[in-house]
Amino acid sequence: MAEIKSIIGTQNKKGQTYTDTWKMMNEAPRTPSFFTGSEVIKEALRRASCDVMIAYPITPQSEAAALIGELFAEGYIGDYFRGESEFAVMSQCAGSAFGGARVFTTTAGPGTMRAMENFPMWAGARLPIQMIVTCRGINSPLSIQPDTLEIAYLLNTGMLVWHAETAQDFFDWILKGYMVSEEPDVHLPLALCCDGFFVTHTKDVVNLTPADMCLPPYDPYRSPVPCMDMECPPVRMMRDPFVMKSNYISYATHASWQQEIWAAVERSRKHSIHWLNGLIDTENTDADIVIVASGTAVSQGREAIRLLEDEGVRCGLVKVKTLRPWPEEEIREATKNAKHIFVPEFNVTGWLAKEIRATVPNHQRVHAGPHVCGGMTMPPEIIVSEIKTALGMKTFSLAGRGS
Amino acid sequence: MSKERIQISEALYDIMPSDYQDLVKSATYGKEDRGWKDIGTSKELIEQHSLCAGCPESMAFRYILASLPNPEDTVMVGSTGCTSLVFPMVAVHNIHSLFGNQNAIASGLKRALSVRFPGRVKDVVVLAGDGATVDIGLDMTLQAWFRQEKFTTICFDNELYANTGGQESGLMQKGFVAKMAPVGKLFDKVRLPEIARESGCHYVVNCTVSKPSLVEKVIRNAVHIAREIGPTYLQLYTPCILEIGKNSMEGLQEMRDSEKPTERFAYKEYVSEPAKQLLAELAAKDKERKAAAKQLAAQAQAN
Repeated sequence: MAEIKSIIGTQNKKGQTYTDTWKMMNEAPRTPSFFTGSEVIKEALRRASCDVMIAYPITPQSEAAALIGELFAEGYIGDYFRGESEFAVMSQCAGSAFGGARVFTTTAGPGTMRAMENFPMWAGARLPIQMIVTCRGINSPLSIQPDTLEIAYLLNTGMLVWHAETAQDFFDWILKGYMVSEEPDVHLPLALCCDGFFVTHTKDVVNLTPADMCLPPYDPYRSPVPCMDMECPPVRMMRDPFVMKSNYISYATHASWQQEIWAAVERSRKHSIHWLNGLIDTENTDADIVIVASGTAVSQGREAIRLLEDEGVRCGLVKVKTLRPWPEEEIREATKNAKHIFVPEFNVTGWLAKEIRATVPNHQRVHAGPHVCGGMTMPPEIIVSEIKTALGMKTFSLAGRGS
Repeated sequence: MSKERIQISEALYDIMPSDYQDLVKSATYGKEDRGWKDIGTSKELIEQHSLCAGCPESMAFRYILASLPNPEDTVMVGSTGCTSLVFPMVAVHNIHSLFGNQNAIASGLKRALSVRFPGRVKDVVVLAGDGATVDIGLDMTLQAWFRQEKFTTICFDNELYANTGGQESGLMQKGFVAKMAPVGKLFDKVRLPEIARESGCHYVVNCTVSKPSLVEKVIRNAVHIAREIGPTYLQLYTPCILEIGKNSMEGLQEMRDSEKPTERFAYKEYVSEPAKQLLAELAAKDKERKAAAKQLAAQAQAN
């Protein structure tokens, strides 16, 4: 810690000042800028004191990954290269993190799936890598359109999983994310997800922190496991490798380590609450009807609420920011008055609705929908329609429904 | 890391494991001319192993760890397989993450160490079996070479999947009957040393581990060339005596039989032009150093 404190106020080779992250994020002046989500990722990385970024082209994250290459060329990133596949890239990220670097990467859809074997390994090895997931379809036939199904696969890897709604979330959470995942009692990778295209390819006003301020560098010696750099004694880790042993000690070791990973996910809760100002945001949760959503479904839910208000139907909103750690208590509390809970989602299976059903009492209150998938947009009108139908109110017919 | 880093607090000395005490007392970290001859007179960087009795891989491990020119600043990367049974007992930082991704891990690792320790030598050495190197991980093996990543790749070639019980691998000989090759392997042994040369490796050797002095030489060359110039590749025959029906005592003979001039592990070497130049420079420096030492010894005697 002493080392980190002493570096605050000094400058890096680009002339940026290492700044206390809380001050940088909460007190420093912000400049409104009109950027695409991809450009916002670049701007966050400019301020992230990132050692290694590894890139691979896949829509819709290619632009962000290439823009970070420009940052490398300008000298803001320690090293940068294009890997050969997402599986390889995520292993290269692991290698860099094992070597004590602050690591960043981006992926999407089929790339997330191809790399999947790496994610429980990252968590198990306590590597605080940050991975942006710009969600897109993973079905066959091939689709490049927005669809959040891949998030469901990330939920049980032991990674922290956050779901950004807007480019502003993205900017803030990339920087804050490192603060949470690098805490010694957490030290886990973070999958920072957003809905591809809707966030990456649209322009929005984003308030940026000053470009001459950056995060304090990562200190690998605060890690709960040794950094693989031969700067500390290379003691034997165990007498026999546990992989081959079919005995109780081996099982107990693996079991307790898995429990420790999930305990670390839980311990991230207090840090996430601190940095994100709570794991959820709520509006009017005293209403009979509450929409619970994550990602851009929150924005569409907000619009639907406005439309319903015009018709005299009052509706509350819960924006779920972190999926891991899962805001169980918060969601239960925010939905305690709700007679109906609607969960609009951009995927076919409704994974968020399933999580919520498993969380709240009287789960028949949870309406899993509306769902859109395969790249469809979610007009607020279909959320309105879903709600009115459930309430027995007359609703307009939607094209293609044949009613 | 210097040897001072592994010193034990006096107050804790007696409760430390004896192999750690031995490492502090008589390991060869930092010894400039360390090599296989230190085995028996110093603490080896490998403590026990759980391989089969007489496994040539265990000999290879000992020779390699004795020969690394810079173990105090070397990080090794392994993969799934018999080698992963040994790495937990090795007194050099090492990483095992998944099966086949060793050259990807090493690429990221080497770059991170270069960013974090500019101007300092940090060697990275990959050591994995033939399944990891040539089958499941071939993509990442080759791509690391294409990118000219500066680390050494060592393949322990036992010509099959040993740890899972003797299944066919890409480096298995054609016609060999094994699990998953019930009528004999139908295609030739993959010619990875030639592929390595064409893929940009600056130093490629194909040999057995029957002679420790030879292993020492190729390891030192491979690590030095990788450090200064670019990727290097060693394919070392470490027969799985269990799966080819040999006894514990027969591993050495198997290697000697397989390295005869007409056999598949006859010594083969490729050295790129820049690597040749580097080796010549290193040899000249070595000669100079030895001459200086000799002179110093002569002076001391004269005094």
